[in-house]
Amino acid sequence: MAATPLPLEVRNIKKRFGDTEVLKGLSLQAKQGDVITLIGASGSGKSTFLRCMNLLEQPDEGDLIVHGEEIRFKQTKHGREPADWKQVVRMRAKLSMVFQGFNLWSHMTLLENIIEAPVNVLGKPKKEAIDQAHALLERVGLSHRANAYPAQMSGGQQQRGAIARALAMDPEVMLFDEPTSALDPELVGDVLKVMRDLAEEGRTMVVVTHEMSFARDVSSQVIYLHEGLVEEAGAPQDVLNNPQSPRLKQFLAPKY
Amino acid sequence: MELTTWLNELLSDNLIFTPQTLGYYWEGLVTTTQLVFLSLLAGLVLAVPLAIGRSSGRRWISLPIYAYTYVFRGTPLLIQLYLIYYGVVFFDGIQETFLWPMLREAFYPALIAFTLNTAAYTTEIFRGAIKATPRGEIEAARAYGMSQALMMRRIILPSAFRRALPAYGNEVIFMLHASAIASVVTLMDLTGAARFVYARYYAPFEAFLFVAAIYLCLTFAILYFFRFLEKRLLAHLKPA
Repeated sequence: MAATPLPLEVRNIKKRFGDTEVLKGLSLQAKQGDVITLIGASGSGKSTFLRCMNLLEQPDEGDLIVHGEEIRFKQTKHGREPADWKQVVRMRAKLSMVFQGFNLWSHMTLLENIIEAPVNVLGKPKKEAIDQAHALLERVGLSHRANAYPAQMSGGQQQRGAIARALAMDPEVMLFDEPTSALDPELVGDVLKVMRDLAEEGRTMVVVTHEMSFARDVSSQVIYLHEGLVEEAGAPQDVLNNPQSPRLKQFLAPKY
Repeated sequence: MELTTWLNELLSDNLIFTPQTLGYYWEGLVTTTQLVFLSLLAGLVLAVPLAIGRSSGRRWISLPIYAYTYVFRGTPLLIQLYLIYYGVVFFDGIQETFLWPMLREAFYPALIAFTLNTAAYTTEIFRGAIKATPRGEIEAARAYGMSQALMMRRIILPSAFRRALPAYGNEVIFMLHASAIASVVTLMDLTGAARFVYARYYAPFEAFLFVAAIYLCLTFAILYFFRFLEKRLLAHLKPA
């Protein structure tokens, strides 16, 4: 077998909120360079599934293996929790997340946002982090906005800035949680273009999205979720062009 | 001494504002400034950990702090000052401790009362600002591997302090004006000096309008200082 461990593997994740079971046993394997898109109607559990991958939500059951290292859990009276938060911190540093609402830190300039975690979490020298940040800003086309605060930027700029912040962590896997859903239609293209470039350079990505053309063109695997279960999964040309299940057929059908 | 001659000439035809009474006002200004500045500083230092504790999910930490802020915000500052100034002598043995020479003076009990009072208000101001931290920013901090302490230090507090700035500026002005009650426990602060001048010359308008003007100037300086701070620290909230 290959010597390098998988960047990310999740097995049989289950999660309930109160009486509702939102994830009923979901698994996923991301190989190096995979772009996995999660699609499904709202409420299907795709965002929750993604948030379980870096433990922003605690899964009630299931295993999480990041770059060959399995996350240890323990049972407490509040439910299942990670046994070792240091391990979680280490693992989160390898999976950087891009959010629907951008979530840039509002009191910092874009440049400060980008160097914050590399300097204070990874312990990178500040000078080096700043050089890297400028290179990343150049990549996402925001060199001119390095000293702007998030409130002074458009949504598309904020999201591209957030992608630069994610890249600055040199992540094993990038997690995207509906990165274009909060954007005006004319701004979506810029963000998708940056994401496509990342995919083409071989970044491992897990993307929750409603952008079907992005899923079709860029991803190596599409997973369609319905009510917390995988309804259909496979290569995009199979899943999206030739759906088998009636639900997915309906999901993909034109709505008007 | 040119200055003294100039001053003497200026004051020559009035009986109240002599170099001597102006000296009282000057000493009062120094006392008021010291009292307000030191109590605000100590109150601020106390309020930061208290506000963090007050925002904690653990009730055994947050409840006692809530009780403290509730009591100190729920009772008049004058009563708190009386309790500390007149009450402290009833603690057995306090007169033998090294603290007594300080507590015997009016300044230190007033400083303690003001510190505890402003710390209570400031704690609540900061707690509100901490609670108003956007959830997404906290989530991003967690997702980027920050520990609780690092997140507090780098994300939550810097953003909360900025949000709290306008409300805290009000608290500073409030403390300046509240410090006037220190004069009732014999402290010769600004108001104490005014009361003294009033009593000596029976000239209420001269004595109190003059001191009111000094308070106005101080308030103006505080307002200006906070406007400067807001301009620098709240730049991120202004659209380009």
